[in-house]
Amino acid sequence: MNRVMERDGVVSEQVHVLAVDDSLVDRKVIERLLKISACKVTVVDSGISALQLLGLDEQRTTSESDDFVGLKVDLIITDYCMPGMTGYDLLKKIKGSSTFREIPVVIMSSENILPRIDRCLEEGAKDFIVKPVKLSDVKRLKNYMSTATREVSAAAGGFGGGGGGGGGINKRKLSDTSTVDDMSSSPPSISPSITPSSSSSPSDSSSPSPSPLSSPIRALDSPIRRLKMSSAD
Amino acid sequence: MDVGQMQRQWLDYTRSLFIEGFLDNQFLQLQQLQDENNPEFVVEVVSLFFEDSERILKDLTFALDQQGVDFKKVDAHVHQLKGSSSSVGAQRVKNACIAFRNFCEEQNVEACLRCLQQVKQEYCLVKNKLETLFRLEQQIVAAGGSIPMMELSF
Repeated sequence: MNRVMERDGVVSEQVHVLAVDDSLVDRKVIERLLKISACKVTVVDSGISALQLLGLDEQRTTSESDDFVGLKVDLIITDYCMPGMTGYDLLKKIKGSSTFREIPVVIMSSENILPRIDRCLEEGAKDFIVKPVKLSDVKRLKNYMSTATREVSAAAGGFGGGGGGGGGINKRKLSDTSTVDDMSSSPPSISPSITPSSSSSPSDSSSPSPSPLSSPIRALDSPIRRLKMSSAD
Repeated sequence: MDVGQMQRQWLDYTRSLFIEGFLDNQFLQLQQLQDENNPEFVVEVVSLFFEDSERILKDLTFALDQQGVDFKKVDAHVHQLKGSSSSVGAQRVKNACIAFRNFCEEQNVEACLRCLQQVKQEYCLVKNKLETLFRLEQQIVAAGGSIPMMELSF
């Protein structure tokens, strides 16, 4: 069952993200980053576990014909450097599957290596995040996360699917919070504010409006985006 | 000490940790992820970091103690520690790991042993600092106050 969320009078489905990382610390952080960004999250510690959950592992040759109901996800975010199956291997497996290749895959890596980034994007990754992952990175992801991918993969290419909150496009415009951007070089000058009570959390409520479709680093020609562009007003 | 004084002490202490380079921007990111529903988030993540680091430092000590050092393994451990320290904002530990990896590449045992000492030292320092910070936080909360919000300005 899909979890339906009502916020500011707009009913939209909660996007479900599958996060893959072998680091305990990073799993904790990415889970919180995603949850605070109103995503449903499943976290696993390896590519193999991810494939098993999806129903894409070697044990099963066809996931359509048996009773196994794999996990329904709208986005997969994975670390690159993992023992055994790397994030790149996982990406290839997902993009090589007719059932799962429509799911956007985002790669995270602590190393900002251009050929690595290129290779991942060429293999079909939607985006590449350099660790450590920040709130602003997750916010960027939300622009191309929607529950529509589930409908697209189910109804071969047809985006007309009636139900599910207007095609599941994320109607909340992400507000600009005072998140800190990259300034790792110099120590920040800190101006503290003593507030009498716990102040606002980063996930501010905002008025619902269609989320702008900003393109990631490389604009990949995906059928999903083309369809969205044409139906945008 | 009243709540106001404790809060000011917390602010001064936190500020010093940034100025001295123990913590970087990523630590502030973690603080932003903490709210009324997850009031212990930072402590939880940092605790995981402590557990993880202690395990890795043990493995590193063992690996460098071998007759034939497996530098690939050593590098893998340091890479892990670099990653987790980066994710919590433990800047000096991260930087020590970066230096360490260079010597792994050179396969220089002596230099690696020195780096290991350096990493251990930085780890101990930041652990003490953060534990002090968390103790201050507990005192503030116990006295009925709340933890100030850190804001950055350039």
